[in-house]
Amino acid sequence: MKALLAGVLLGATAWAQAGDGRLLATGGATSLEGAAGGGITPWAVLAGYGERGEWGAHAFGTRVETGDYRLDVAGLAVAYGNRIELSYARQRFDLGNLARGLRLPENSLSQDVFGLKVRLFGDLIYDRLPQVSLGVQHKRQKDFLIPSLVGAQRDRDTEAYLTASRLFLGGAFGYNLLINGGLRYSRANELGLLGFGGDRRDSRSLLKEGSVAVLLDRHWAVGVEYREKPDNLGFAGESDWADLFIGYFPSKRLAVVLAYARLGEIATLDNQDGAYLSIQGSF
Amino acid sequence: MRRLVLVSCLMLAACAQQPPRDDSLYQSLGGQPGITRIVEGMLLNIADDPRIVAHFREIDIERLRDKLVEQFCVEAGGPCRYTGDSMEESHKGLALTPSDFNALVEDLQLAMEREGVPVTAQNRLLARLAPMRGQVIDR
Repeated sequence: MKALLAGVLLGATAWAQAGDGRLLATGGATSLEGAAGGGITPWAVLAGYGERGEWGAHAFGTRVETGDYRLDVAGLAVAYGNRIELSYARQRFDLGNLARGLRLPENSLSQDVFGLKVRLFGDLIYDRLPQVSLGVQHKRQKDFLIPSLVGAQRDRDTEAYLTASRLFLGGAFGYNLLINGGLRYSRANELGLLGFGGDRRDSRSLLKEGSVAVLLDRHWAVGVEYREKPDNLGFAGESDWADLFIGYFPSKRLAVVLAYARLGEIATLDNQDGAYLSIQGSF
Repeated sequence: MRRLVLVSCLMLAACAQQPPRDDSLYQSLGGQPGITRIVEGMLLNIADDPRIVAHFREIDIERLRDKLVEQFCVEAGGPCRYTGDSMEESHKGLALTPSDFNALVEDLQLAMEREGVPVTAQNRLLARLAPMRGQVIDR
């Protein structure tokens, strides 16, 4: 994980000449799957701060700790012209208590996520239309033994999402209001960490996700997020996710997000509430 | 007769006055002196901003300051009249980019922050100016 982060940072310095034509915080943070946005959902914004004719990029590391489980994610993304974004994220899900309790053959599940996001039309702040982006994520689960034992049908899959974002200047009692809503077409179990499709259901579902944030000033944002999830596996329920977050954007180079996440039931263990911390460097 | 003249005068005076307007934003920005300091602060920030300073080299900065003060005053609901050129006219041939526009927004935000303008008043002024982007860029 450390080596990956170091590589990511090295790669990112290559983009040191990247533009910063967009306003502070409009590059968002980084979602768990590597795309620019909130924490558990992507936004329609693209990585970094590049506007037309400019490059943007970010590198990030995120940890979610629920007590029973731990999820570590690291990755990077590049975007060009405020139009197209390519991203990569590596997720490692530590099974912790579950692995010890059940004497599981593996104590962690890993996954690679390759993402593409294209801004179709609109602008986060200025155009008449909100910014609307279409994304595709190709996911490869790396430790498929446990997922296959609990009913997952495949270890790799591609999913799509459509998302719209709009910043309303002064929209929340004078404070800037960011509203984001999306639809995802996916059969990923727990993001894909438990494989794709299942014994209960093997087709993709249309899933709603969204977030609302209030910008207290240029540097601070507070908000909530929600993400609907499928329920494909018979051995355990899969809960929708939600979180409350606070984001700090001291400059266009750095963003820090702290959240309280309610992840519900994950792989038979219920009430997985926990802390989420993400640090992002933008270039 | 004298009474009729008096009534007519009163009515005329009433008509001559502007309809009551919401000048709360104008007050929040500190009225005429506050807006003048904000505009001058923004122009000083632009002078230090390598991204866009080149666009301001060949122009009469004092006139620009006066027209911007008028414009911000009008947009804030203050007792002013804008006497400058239209936004399209004044940006013609400059081929300004979305990045240039945002750079100026940042220079304005910084000036308002330094002036101690409340965040909500900053947002209200930006919300009044943001729709002008289409008349400013790519001209």
